[in-house]
Amino acid sequence: MALVETRALVKRFGAFTAVDGISFSVDRGEVVGFLGPNGAGKSTTMKLIAGFLEPTAGSAAIGGHDSQTDAVAARKLLGYLPEGAPLYPDMTVAGFLDFVAAMRGMTGAKARDRLAELVERIELAEVWNRRIEALSKGFKRRVGIAQALVHDPDVLILDEPTDGLDPNQKHEVRELIRSIAANKAIIISTHILEEVEAVCTRAIIIARGKLLSDGTPEELMSRTPAFDEQGRPRSGSVRLEEVFRDITHPNVSPAADTTKLETAGA
Amino acid sequence: MNAAWLVFRRELAAYFATPIAAVFLVVFLAGIAGMTFFVANFFDRGQADMSAFFLWHPWLFLVLMPAIGMRLWAEERRAGTIELLMTLPVSPWALVVGKWLAAWVFAGLALVLTMPLWITVNYLGSPDNGVILASYIGSWLLAGCYLAIAACMSALTKNQILAFIGAVVVNFIFVMAGFDLVLAAVRNWAPLVIIEAIASMSFVGHFQRIADGVLEIPALIFFASLIFFALWLNVRILEVRKAA
Ligand SMILES: Nc1ncnc2c1ncn2[C@@H]1O[C@H](COP(=O)(O)OP(=O)(O)OP(=O)(O)O)[C@@H](O)[C@H]1O
Ligand SMILES: [Mg+2]
Repeated sequence: MALVETRALVKRFGAFTAVDGISFSVDRGEVVGFLGPNGAGKSTTMKLIAGFLEPTAGSAAIGGHDSQTDAVAARKLLGYLPEGAPLYPDMTVAGFLDFVAAMRGMTGAKARDRLAELVERIELAEVWNRRIEALSKGFKRRVGIAQALVHDPDVLILDEPTDGLDPNQKHEVRELIRSIAANKAIIISTHILEEVEAVCTRAIIIARGKLLSDGTPEELMSRTPAFDEQGRPRSGSVRLEEVFRDITHPNVSPAADTTKLETAGA
Repeated sequence: MNAAWLVFRRELAAYFATPIAAVFLVVFLAGIAGMTFFVANFFDRGQADMSAFFLWHPWLFLVLMPAIGMRLWAEERRAGTIELLMTLPVSPWALVVGKWLAAWVFAGLALVLTMPLWITVNYLGSPDNGVILASYIGSWLLAGCYLAIAACMSALTKNQILAFIGAVVVNFIFVMAGFDLVLAAVRNWAPLVIIEAIASMSFVGHFQRIADGVLEIPALIFFASLIFFALWLNVRILEVRKAA
């Protein structure tokens, strides 16, 4: 059974359709990258899976539990980092993570050991007793990630986990995701295509609420030439970027692009 | 209900995490002292009781309780933390009850801080302390109603000012329900049951009955059911907004 499954998800805000019939499933061991232009419906899809929003039509389930009708069971399996990593500014890092652990039913030594492990892993020791409002953006994001990992969930949904991080921290977060990926189903959204290449086993491209492409990063890349006109190999992220543009801008069709290239070459 | 307890603790701490709590308590005490001593002429009455003090609670609470309750949900929605809270594996009831309880206990603390007045009255004369205790309980229950309504308004918006205004307006309607002015307006055309129904919704009437000295059971039941209904509505508002 797939750990995450969406069936023909639709979400309308008034007359506007933000998510328009999205179906996919994610198995254990997969890291799925959500790609798409701004306003494509990535965050909305994630909120629907997490059960924060109720779909207009269709359904989402985590570990076989419907996100709406069996919400508590579904959420037990889920770690969720909302867009922008919102946190309670007036709490300390320790107080906040304690609160999340307790709300997830973890108490006593179990909670203490797990939090100690996370502090180590996500390097939060130096800000442990600081108030969250006084943290830098990078630390805030890391606290947000720690919060999602507190109960070592089977399913992780991270909305732009590396947004606003410096290159070192981006690298660390990717390493972290890679290191825990084997026994989880993970969905991350990102605008950074090299991230997809670095951590994702699968890439889903969404635009205007529709799922336009679903495959491995390699499959996506193979839609563009591996070498440039001079015969030099082209980097993965350059190729992904080209495919991304082709798919999400239907008016600039791949065919038209190729013609241009050929003319330029001739 | 462990989750409700955790939410309660977090929310209560949040009230004290900023100077707002101190400011609020000072305004509350100054307001209540002003009303009691200057408007109601506490000392000139020459009576050793606290009715002049409790008389003003429905009016003072009209502004002060929405000020306590307005942040409960609106702040979470503005900051986005509501997404964290509402994707935790707990029932929305736990969140609603925990938040309201924190606001209610905070209001209770404000009332406790007025107790030197109670001591003073005992020093000056021999008041009926049973009546005063009943009045305190009635006042706290009244505050609970105002706060439960304010929490509902807060769940409707991410704008705390709008939540505040909405709560003042709805609470004002409940306060005014018992006044002859309002009842006279409907008396001519509405059937008797409606008039009685409106009159029986009055916060002031029920509070007065409790403050008159007897912990009147119907009045207690009225406040308890109103609080329960408002909390239920709060849960419903959260659910409906997921589908919006
Ligand atoms: N609560 C809401 N009410 C009305 N419209 C909304 C609401 N939430 C999202 N939208 C709209 O739905 C569309 C999809 O938004 P969403 O946040 O899912 O995009 P996204 O793919 O995450 O974009 P980004 O890459 O900028 O984060 C946008 O046009 C947005 O304006
Ligand atoms: Mg987004």
